[in-house]
Amino acid sequence: MKIAVLSGKGGTGKTTVSASLKSSIENCQYIDCDVEEPNGGIFLQPEISNVYPVMVKVPEIIKDKCTGCGECAKACQFNSMAVVKGNVLIFPELCHHCGACILACPEDAMIEVERQIGVVETNSDESFMHGKLNVGEPISIPIIAMLKDMVKDDGNVVIDCPPGSSCTVVESVEDCDFCILVTEPTPFGLHDLNIAVELVKKLGLSFGIVLNKASENSKIINEYCDDRNIDILMEIPFSRKIAEAYSKGILPIEADADLKKEFGEMFRKIEGKVLA
Amino acid sequence: MKICISSSGNSMESVMDPRFGRCEFFAIVDTETNETKIIDNAAAKSGGGAGIAAGQLLVDNDIEVLITGNVGPNANDVLKAAQIKIVRGKKVSLNDNVKMFQNKELEIIEETVPSHSGMK
Repeated sequence: MKIAVLSGKGGTGKTTVSASLKSSIENCQYIDCDVEEPNGGIFLQPEISNVYPVMVKVPEIIKDKCTGCGECAKACQFNSMAVVKGNVLIFPELCHHCGACILACPEDAMIEVERQIGVVETNSDESFMHGKLNVGEPISIPIIAMLKDMVKDDGNVVIDCPPGSSCTVVESVEDCDFCILVTEPTPFGLHDLNIAVELVKKLGLSFGIVLNKASENSKIINEYCDDRNIDILMEIPFSRKIAEAYSKGILPIEADADLKKEFGEMFRKIEGKVLA
Repeated sequence: MKICISSSGNSMESVMDPRFGRCEFFAIVDTETNETKIIDNAAAKSGGGAGIAAGQLLVDNDIEVLITGNVGPNANDVLKAAQIKIVRGKKVSLNDNVKMFQNKELEIIEETVPSHSGMK
């Protein structure tokens, strides 16, 4: 079973929930798709033994063949090229690797060359994997796609998604059996939760909510979920003990044995929903 | 000589927009014929690379001088390759900017601002 953990708003507890869930169930693969700032490794402490470069294909001009006609720049939907005085200027970091420029070139004057944008790192049995996007690179989808290709078909998988609700999240949740939406009882948490709910609904994915930092303010989330018949799978209390443990890189389930039991129960609840 | 000015509106009395790639309009002034033309900046709505596309628009219109507030690094690469002179305009009307340029009162921009500075 593949479970994606997303939130909309950043800092609500995606990694706390996904790393805790991974640690509460047997034979579970953990994949950190938040490749701009992967932090699951801080809590799970994997021993990285494999590093795979993530390459993308970008165009290069064969100068002798290029006539400077500009068809390549016209074909590019991402403004990654300009043609000035018969010379093609390429901005590789804006390229989305679609190959349209190569198809459009009437002179066959363009070829694809490989460029590294980051890495995928795993431990020896690939029970832990994360991606790392190079600093300054704007496009992270190819790294997430490579991580998703390495998902094991048997056993359980927890996917820690990037924040937000854009294409990186769509790529991360695709093909998952269930989505956990982590939220917090604040107006921002609710606002972005609503966007995340709309997203998973549009994608036709089953989902439930984990309410993190639950407190006397939880009403705004409870009311939202009651109105829409959305299941709150679990609540993690707003607690100093959990925050202190977190600040030392310790998961709440290690600080609180009852929580570990609750994560196990939540997993069985999700299993029941998916298999039903 | 053809001068281009980044503009917030579609008349020569509009105020210059200090953003290059994401301004709404470009005014093109031909100093020999005194003809003026205002065009939409189609690049403004690009997801990314607005400065590059706007630079291409200037290249395609045979512009020699750009009056604007700031340019980003990618736009600068395109404009430099096309040998388009970039000068820093003021937040006054396009007409006044053209006059100031002709009186050599505007400075040439050498440095760029970081990417995405013109995003609203």
